[in-house]
Amino acid sequence: MSLLEIIRFALRGLTTNKLRTTLTTLGIAIGVSSVIILIAVGNGSSKQIQSSIDKLGTNTITIQQSFGGFGRRAAATASARKPLTIGDAVALSDPTKAPDIKQTAPVASANATCSVGTNTSTPGTFDGTWPSWFEASNTSIAKGTYFTNDDVTQGRRVAVIGNTTATDLFGTASPIGQTIRCGGIPFTVIGTTTIKGSNGFQDGDSLVVAPITAVQRSLTGYGGLQSIVVEAKSAGVQDLAQTEINTIMDARHKITNTNNRDYRTLNQASLLATSSSNSSVFTVLLGVVAAISLLVGGIGITNIMLVSVIERTREIGIRKAIGAPKGAILMQFLVEATILSLVGGLIGVLGGFIGSHFKIIGVQPAIVPGSVFLAFGVSVLIGLFFGGYPASRAASLRPIEALRHE
Amino acid sequence: MDPVIDVRGAVKQYGAGDASIFALDGVDLTIYPGEYVAIMGPSGSGKSTLMNIMGALDIMTSGEYFLDGIEISSMNESALSVVRGRRIGFIFQSFNLIPKTTALANVELPLAYQGVKASERRKRALAALDVVGLKDRVNHEPTELSGGQQQRVAVARALVTRPALLLADEPTGALDSKSTADLLDLFDRINDAGRTVVVITHEDEVAHRAKRVVRMRDGKIASDTLNPGRVA
Repeated sequence: MSLLEIIRFALRGLTTNKLRTTLTTLGIAIGVSSVIILIAVGNGSSKQIQSSIDKLGTNTITIQQSFGGFGRRAAATASARKPLTIGDAVALSDPTKAPDIKQTAPVASANATCSVGTNTSTPGTFDGTWPSWFEASNTSIAKGTYFTNDDVTQGRRVAVIGNTTATDLFGTASPIGQTIRCGGIPFTVIGTTTIKGSNGFQDGDSLVVAPITAVQRSLTGYGGLQSIVVEAKSAGVQDLAQTEINTIMDARHKITNTNNRDYRTLNQASLLATSSSNSSVFTVLLGVVAAISLLVGGIGITNIMLVSVIERTREIGIRKAIGAPKGAILMQFLVEATILSLVGGLIGVLGGFIGSHFKIIGVQPAIVPGSVFLAFGVSVLIGLFFGGYPASRAASLRPIEALRHE
Repeated sequence: MDPVIDVRGAVKQYGAGDASIFALDGVDLTIYPGEYVAIMGPSGSGKSTLMNIMGALDIMTSGEYFLDGIEISSMNESALSVVRGRRIGFIFQSFNLIPKTTALANVELPLAYQGVKASERRKRALAALDVVGLKDRVNHEPTELSGGQQQRVAVARALVTRPALLLADEPTGALDSKSTADLLDLFDRINDAGRTVVVITHEDEVAHRAKRVVRMRDGKIASDTLNPGRVA
């Protein structure tokens, strides 16, 4: 009895009950594709978060003024707090005291509405800074140029604007060389930044960046800085850079109690770690949902296989009575189960790949190869085991017992 | 001449202890090649049980069964499947064809399990269907055939492996009188060709055709007589 012969028997067995075959295949396919898609959605969302954090620059440490807590104790010490100054930024750039810091950029933020003719736009971020800011904050230029150190020294009113601001003010026309008025002060646009997208809280493209001297002179005055952006030499030395920042800043601000600093540092790496652990929880959650759907699908396969074998016990008896060896009968059912679960599994994988091309609740799914193998493997194994086990039991019956089965 | 069937002290017990029932209670039966035996008896007399044991479909509680001189009761499952496939042709009251499968495929099936090549298989199956007079019905499924035709397909399936022994368990029980007559004529021809035929029946009409009639009662053989009308 050749394997080819057994496969022909199995195919005949499958085609004699087309509805049952179709439903089983469908059950497996849905189980497999839902696992693939759900895990892909979880993975896609975590990738999305990661990429938006990557755009912020992972080597970057931001120093901000700390306003202490609330209450009497915070108010009492408030007078001792020193603002962030350009001097701090210069001190942090010292290559001997801070060997792991690549560069720094002081940031003076303004709140101003910009206008061109009748078009107005209030940028989410209006920063006066140094040219080093662009690299430290991982911002690149799409069109035009950066402003230079000379622009800073001379206090020239030039600006680099983000895509949202440019569209608000100029529509589709090129903003380069045009003049915008922000808080009544004219700035000449010399460049636009590449699109950053949203980080979830803030539109990264609603942006105006100008030389710090020009912004301080015309808009914010010479008070404390909003922040100082520090770029470590690499992501690996971020912790060293952090220590150097604390040493330099503690000395300059005469901090004795390190629990009560008048500044605080925000580290992109720690932000990244938090958010990726959040999104991995999300992925695990989706994975569990998917696993349950696979399990339910598996129980469906089991059920149909069991019913299929039980209702054909009599047929098994007939086959045995005319000389079918146990192995041939078992093989026939195993091949049937294999074909069902292979075809169902493959359709499921195909469905998973197709489904992952569509955005689901705003997330572009990204397929995890492991999930494909897992879902496919589990469905095939379930099909084989739960098709094989009852078939082996039925094939072991004496022919007369199987024949009496109704 | 060596017997085809040699059953010695066959006992088949269902249940245990006080509640146990003996379907066969010490049966000795010897059948020689070329015989045409009818086994008769009321229901519950053990005739079907005996038939199932002779067909290697069931096992007995104790006793010995030699088929063509070979002890069957000690055989393992895979050896038994060879015996069922090659030495015995079994015909059931309810035909027991594989549903949704053509007459030809049904007849080919025992050959397929023996590993006969497809072309050879087809040739032999067509020949067997020709013998039972169903040459024009080879591609019909069981539901498209009458009871008599279905039973003739079953006979073709039993004969296609060229067994020495044809066992039939109430083969005419589900047939009308015309189909019964046709089937009995067929059995006569099969027996005339030299095959051993054993038929279980409770119809006298069937028993009259046999050369030897064995009557059973309460799991024992009550009488074993030659049929004077048939034995030349």
